[in-house]
Amino acid sequence: MMKEGVAIGKNRTGIDLSPIDKQQLIEATEATIPSMEGDMSEIADMRSEYLENGERLGSVPPPASVKGIAANALDALKGGNPAVLVDKLGERLAFERTGTRLYEALIAKHQNTESFPGAPTLEDLRHIQTEELEHFEMLRDVIIQLGGDPTTVTPAADVMAVSSLGLVQVLSDPRTTFMQSLEAILTAELVDSDSWAMLIRLTKAMGHPLVAQKFEKALAEEEEHLSRVRSWIQAGTLGLAGPGPVVKESLKEAVKETIAGVAQSVAKSVAKDQVKGVKKKS
Amino acid sequence: MALDIMNERGVTLDKQDFDWKDLVQTPFSKLDDDAFTRVRVILMNGIESEAIRFSHACARMNKALQLPLARVRRAEQHQQILVNWLNPPDQSPLETTIGYEQTAVEITAIVAQNEPDPYLKQVYEFGMLEDFDHLYRFAALMDRVEGRDANNITQCYTDIIPGRPTSVEHRAPDDDVREPYDRASAAPITKLNALVIVSAEHQVHDYYANVGPFFADPVARQLYAEILSIEEQHVTQYECLMDPFESWLEKWLLHEATEVYTYYSCLQTETNPRLKRIWERFVAYELGHLHSVMELFKRIENRDPAEVLPATLPEPISFTSQRKYVREVLRSQVDLRANGTRIVPVNQDSDLSIRYRERMNQAGSPSERVAAGYKWRPGTELNRLGASGNGHGKGVVTKEVSR
Repeated sequence: MMKEGVAIGKNRTGIDLSPIDKQQLIEATEATIPSMEGDMSEIADMRSEYLENGERLGSVPPPASVKGIAANALDALKGGNPAVLVDKLGERLAFERTGTRLYEALIAKHQNTESFPGAPTLEDLRHIQTEELEHFEMLRDVIIQLGGDPTTVTPAADVMAVSSLGLVQVLSDPRTTFMQSLEAILTAELVDSDSWAMLIRLTKAMGHPLVAQKFEKALAEEEEHLSRVRSWIQAGTLGLAGPGPVVKESLKEAVKETIAGVAQSVAKSVAKDQVKGVKKKS
Repeated sequence: MALDIMNERGVTLDKQDFDWKDLVQTPFSKLDDDAFTRVRVILMNGIESEAIRFSHACARMNKALQLPLARVRRAEQHQQILVNWLNPPDQSPLETTIGYEQTAVEITAIVAQNEPDPYLKQVYEFGMLEDFDHLYRFAALMDRVEGRDANNITQCYTDIIPGRPTSVEHRAPDDDVREPYDRASAAPITKLNALVIVSAEHQVHDYYANVGPFFADPVARQLYAEILSIEEQHVTQYECLMDPFESWLEKWLLHEATEVYTYYSCLQTETNPRLKRIWERFVAYELGHLHSVMELFKRIENRDPAEVLPATLPEPISFTSQRKYVREVLRSQVDLRANGTRIVPVNQDSDLSIRYRERMNQAGSPSERVAAGYKWRPGTELNRLGASGNGHGKGVVTKEVSR
């Protein structure tokens, strides 16, 4: 069973651990003249030389189905560029799919870590994971409906996957704690929340209001994820910092916020479902 | 204490067992372990890579040795995995690169001081100043592209200043070939030294060739391309030091002795108790390999292994900072060049190499450009408090930004 906490130990990365060597190292560097004069502008020039090529990561494929061609033509007629929507839908799909896997790794950590006041339960984490999977499935269906291929890696999906490499590394390393993993999840949830909001604006602008409506539900759920992850991190970090009176107070606040945040999100989600139900009936 | 390799028989090959979990052990800590623990892991991965590389080459040329080579190679293969997998996943390819260059500098410095043959010593010192410069160039890359401090990896053991500039290390192949030791008269330590260094350098070459394309920044891609090219020159240089008239079995015997010697050196100096147990286990495994090859040597070549091997191993590699020695070599030899197989003063540089260098550097030298005006500072060059008060002193950022 892994214990949460930050230990004081023999970290050797800092220079002050070696006062004599440190002095020697600094003296040597002070006494040395670089073999070429200049500054960072050399690096900027090297980068420019390649940026001038104008090469891209790749492209968005043309629609494979007649339905897709029709949808794209319609979007183009409205003055929009359908490639942007395809690109961003692909990005979201890939991120939600990876998110589902990230939560699996987080759950493994959770199961092997001692709990703390304000910590999530297994059910909390499974609940979020299920919603990540539902978002992936919903996006897959939307992409198919619009005549796209959900197995395509679009450029935005590729960029997001590269950005997320570190998250996968942190979550899958058995030496990182549950709390450290939760910090990585926070990064994912922050991106999730912003990206869904963007996607809603995009689908509305491109004239797909029904799709935008589906995405509203996903955004509400992602906001709930974000709020809960934030509260767990707050509770965990303050709890680890110790039992001082100030910390204790902050901890109480954090636990209260967790409960309030969850209640608020659930209420929001229920309200939305009710609105949807009313709309359906009408 | 020296190891009696003739009488210490270690663990026989049939008792050298592994399973997948055993191969994948908890890595060392990038933050808490000593830099020389990383150096040992890197060196031993290089030694095992060379063992496998040699074993395959030997098998392709010797039908009768194919099965015994395959048996020993299986163990070496698993040893390599176990050792290399001790590198932690939070250690990035660039951080690992800094570790590789520190290993090259410190181990070559130790080997050069242990080397009784003056010509070989000169070659080691010549190569060491080039790897020393690579460390500085990669430190500049790490600082200027990732905003990180290379000394977090080197832990103050190794200076981060220019050596022989990488831009002048480019030589025509004619000036990379060196003279070998004489197998009949060379001291045992000379043979072991040559194998240790060629193993380490070949590993660096292969590592850069593999990780170079993983970098996104063209600055990094160019720097890896340039330094990889020097590592190839180093492999050429160092492999020439070994007598090509040694028989295949004689070379195999020396490889196994080198493995015992290096694992034994790790065992003597390791500070991480878990890794110390691994080194101890592998000393015993390598003694087992060595004795199995001794038997083949007796049976197939009808020769006594004592003709090739010393009764006891030389003093172990010390794995300590060689700052004083490196500085002295830097002061006195930074301007040396190679001409044919000789190491010469700069005014005797080879025309072939000068022409080759000019051609390769015609569009600029990545190693110069990445480190233009670069001076390493604790906590990166951005940490210049006192110089300008805001951490963005002259030369630290681009002209556009600093304006």
